[in-house]
Amino acid sequence: MAIEINPVPSVQLSKVADSEKHGENSPYFAGWKAYDEDPYNEMTNPSGVIQMGLAENQVSFDMLEDYLEKHPEASIWGKGAPGFKENALFQDYHGLLSFRKAMASFMEQIRGGRARFDPERVVLTAGATAANELLTFILADPGDALLVPTPYYPGFDRDLRWRTGVRIVPIHCNSSNNFQITPQALEAAYENAESMNLRVRGVLITNPSNPLGATVQRAVLEEILGFVTRKNIHLISDEIYSGSVFSSSEFVSVAEILESRDYKECERVHIVYSLSKDLGLPGFRVGTIYSYNDKVVTTARRMSSFTLISSQTQHLLASMLSNKEFTSRYIETNRARLKKRYDMIIQGLKRAGIKCLRGNAGLFCWMNLSPLLQKPDREGELDLWKTMLHELKLNISPGSSCHCSEPGWFRVCFANMSEQTLEVALARIHNYMDQRKR
Amino acid sequence: MGMLSRKATCNSHGQDSSYFLGWQEYEKNPYHETLNPTGIIQMGLAENQLSFDLPESWIAENPDAAGFKRNGESIFRELALFQDYHGLPAFKNALVSFMSEIRGNKVNFDPSNIVLMAGATSANETLMFCLAEAGDAILIPTPYYPGFDRDLKWRTGAEIVPIQCTSSNGFRITSAALEEAYSAAQKRNLRVKAVLVTNPSNPLGTTMIKDELNLLVTFVIAKGIHLVSDEIYSGTVFSSPSFTSIVEVLAGRPDCQGSDVWDRVHVVYSLSKDLGLPGFRVGAIYSSNRAVVDAATKMSSFGLVSSQTQYFLSAMLSDKKFTSRYISENQRRLKTRHDSLVHGLKEAGIRCLESNAGLFCWVDMSHLLREKTFKAEIDLWKKIVYEVRLNISPGSSCHCTEPGWFRVCFANMTEETLELAMQRIKEFVASASSAILRGGCERRRGRRHPSSTDKSLGKKFLTKWVFRLSSSHLREADDR
Repeated sequence: MAIEINPVPSVQLSKVADSEKHGENSPYFAGWKAYDEDPYNEMTNPSGVIQMGLAENQVSFDMLEDYLEKHPEASIWGKGAPGFKENALFQDYHGLLSFRKAMASFMEQIRGGRARFDPERVVLTAGATAANELLTFILADPGDALLVPTPYYPGFDRDLRWRTGVRIVPIHCNSSNNFQITPQALEAAYENAESMNLRVRGVLITNPSNPLGATVQRAVLEEILGFVTRKNIHLISDEIYSGSVFSSSEFVSVAEILESRDYKECERVHIVYSLSKDLGLPGFRVGTIYSYNDKVVTTARRMSSFTLISSQTQHLLASMLSNKEFTSRYIETNRARLKKRYDMIIQGLKRAGIKCLRGNAGLFCWMNLSPLLQKPDREGELDLWKTMLHELKLNISPGSSCHCSEPGWFRVCFANMSEQTLEVALARIHNYMDQRKR
Repeated sequence: MGMLSRKATCNSHGQDSSYFLGWQEYEKNPYHETLNPTGIIQMGLAENQLSFDLPESWIAENPDAAGFKRNGESIFRELALFQDYHGLPAFKNALVSFMSEIRGNKVNFDPSNIVLMAGATSANETLMFCLAEAGDAILIPTPYYPGFDRDLKWRTGAEIVPIQCTSSNGFRITSAALEEAYSAAQKRNLRVKAVLVTNPSNPLGTTMIKDELNLLVTFVIAKGIHLVSDEIYSGTVFSSPSFTSIVEVLAGRPDCQGSDVWDRVHVVYSLSKDLGLPGFRVGAIYSSNRAVVDAATKMSSFGLVSSQTQYFLSAMLSDKKFTSRYISENQRRLKTRHDSLVHGLKEAGIRCLESNAGLFCWVDMSHLLREKTFKAEIDLWKKIVYEVRLNISPGSSCHCTEPGWFRVCFANMTEETLELAMQRIKEFVASASSAILRGGCERRRGRRHPSSTDKSLGKKFLTKWVFRLSSSHLREADDR
């Protein structure tokens, strides 16, 4: 039988493939490009671009390397590789039990034991990027909305919206109260969504916040919990920076609040965690969804088939994170080193006459350059950003890429370089500010 | 309580299918040589456990690869920070080289056309996100891997329309079947976006012959649609005809020279079957369509391969001595196992589709069905799971058009376990035949039904390949 020829021209890709929602055309990524083309190197390229737009944690690798040195069985399956076969075959989407237990325990340690985590509720995904997208697929339908406080991580535009078809409606925060979320802002965002005929399915917060580098206060968390309960929607708390809070007592996880209330209304709360920031292992792709909702746990587990963590990596980290002596020492030392870096950059910027938001966590600070703007608008901010990039050769992230409603704020990372490099960066800023005075 | 999304509440994850239920039963009562010798033997899992000794000895001789070292120097930091969705160049190079080697170096793959993903499950779904959406259809020849229902449809919203294949010609794809599937999709108001084939086939265990491949290429050229070739079993071809990749066929056709069909052919690969490493989550999309590679690369952010694993495998797969030895030895062992299973089943009077690849056989048990229906197939399947204690996959879970076919895996167990499984089947068939002989006579004597039924019963009884399983607890109210 002859095959009928279709007169229609070549078939298109899907709308998703053609859309720009991957977000990669924003200035945020243009800065990376400039860095890639002319990267700073202490020896070989001392006048190159210093990367301060990458929220990586490079201050604590020595502890991880030391652990691996002492525990080779974590990575090479022991002499003669017993356990290799079993490990290589393990593709159960429940994840390695020993690893789930280790993750739950690590999350508890980070929260100073103020919240308990059940390994049976830990769902593993290849990174928090996957976890956030997965939760969005589960909690919202195409065309629905999630409310997200500004400023927020630029990657959310892709992670929450691209393939899911879900919309983000901003909860506007501003410097008048240190960018904290207010009940009025929550209501306004909800009403805004309604006026656009969007069905709100949940609120997503990042705590500690990226890009603010600050924890969300207990009172605000309680407000948010009250809000989502009244509206009968979900709450996603992205806590991937929880291990980077400089002082343990300053971090309140939504998990703690739920526990203190005997888990009332907990089925609407879901926590995202990852080892990319706290442990500095973004390449290993380790994320998790912790949900108090059984149906979400079951569904997320099934969906995680599309984004499982390599069993080789699960095995490695199960070993590392089960070692409580190691983890408690790591958490404490990592915190102290990050605090030291933070103090260094804050002091350095202060000496240059630049103020930052008071921060207490994260791998970055939220810098206020609004007094330097030629024009107090987005265009003025982008001009200043270009100056930073091309004259000072510092790649920092403009607040507009984080959807900040006030122009002039920038996120500056401090943990992805050596102390010397940070000094060089601060010196460049100092010189620039001096020149401006003249 | 706020509800969940439609995707969360629907059944497109496919977990209620028998494919997964069999697994559950196995998990409740798993066979173990010493601890549970009467347990269920898992023959529903397409894993390759025959060749682990080869990577194990490689690891012992090359401890640096898994130890985050390169030439004795630690590269832990570099790997820990490496999250570039373009993938580790050394790994992509090693992977395309391995893919070439599997194809007898008749094809060369460009590493810049590869997108790494956490497993073929992830690769297939991502490719679908790039090619299709709600309102679109993908044509897939039956029988097919049950996981496709989830992987290709669940979150993408796309539909699968089957290309019906039958045993009349060894389940090969015909142009008539292709056209019928295309029309069926149109009748459902679906836009056909692609044909997806698995070559070598799961569950058939056969490689597609050149005629079939050419037919497919002609079809997608004529319709102006995409062609996805899932070649995850390409390294498991153990006897002739040798494997012909779709890329080879395209390269050999004059009408494809400089044609835009090259933009519409995409290959999916994985190390889960050929190398037996499903836990490591290594999959890939190969395409010469720049837009697809770009979109898929960005999407791979949702399922990157661990850099730890990329590095380890780049070292192992760059070792040509290892790969050439592995490929040939693995194939040799698969052939031996395959032959054991086929022989064992033959002794029980059971035939298999003639096959030259894969980790399983496509077995014809239609003569053991009470009647030629899928209900009877499921009844037989339940008997095999609960009484014979073998978890095999019923053809209906693979959307086979004809009842009575089962996929039986042979590479995920020891030789002894396989022999035991064969023994159990022989015993089952033997007892079934004798029960039928007894049951048939008793039935005729005690019959009070009208004679027409009697005649049809007699006819059934006399039909060469139809044995009725008449064990009393299986007899149904409407059994004639």
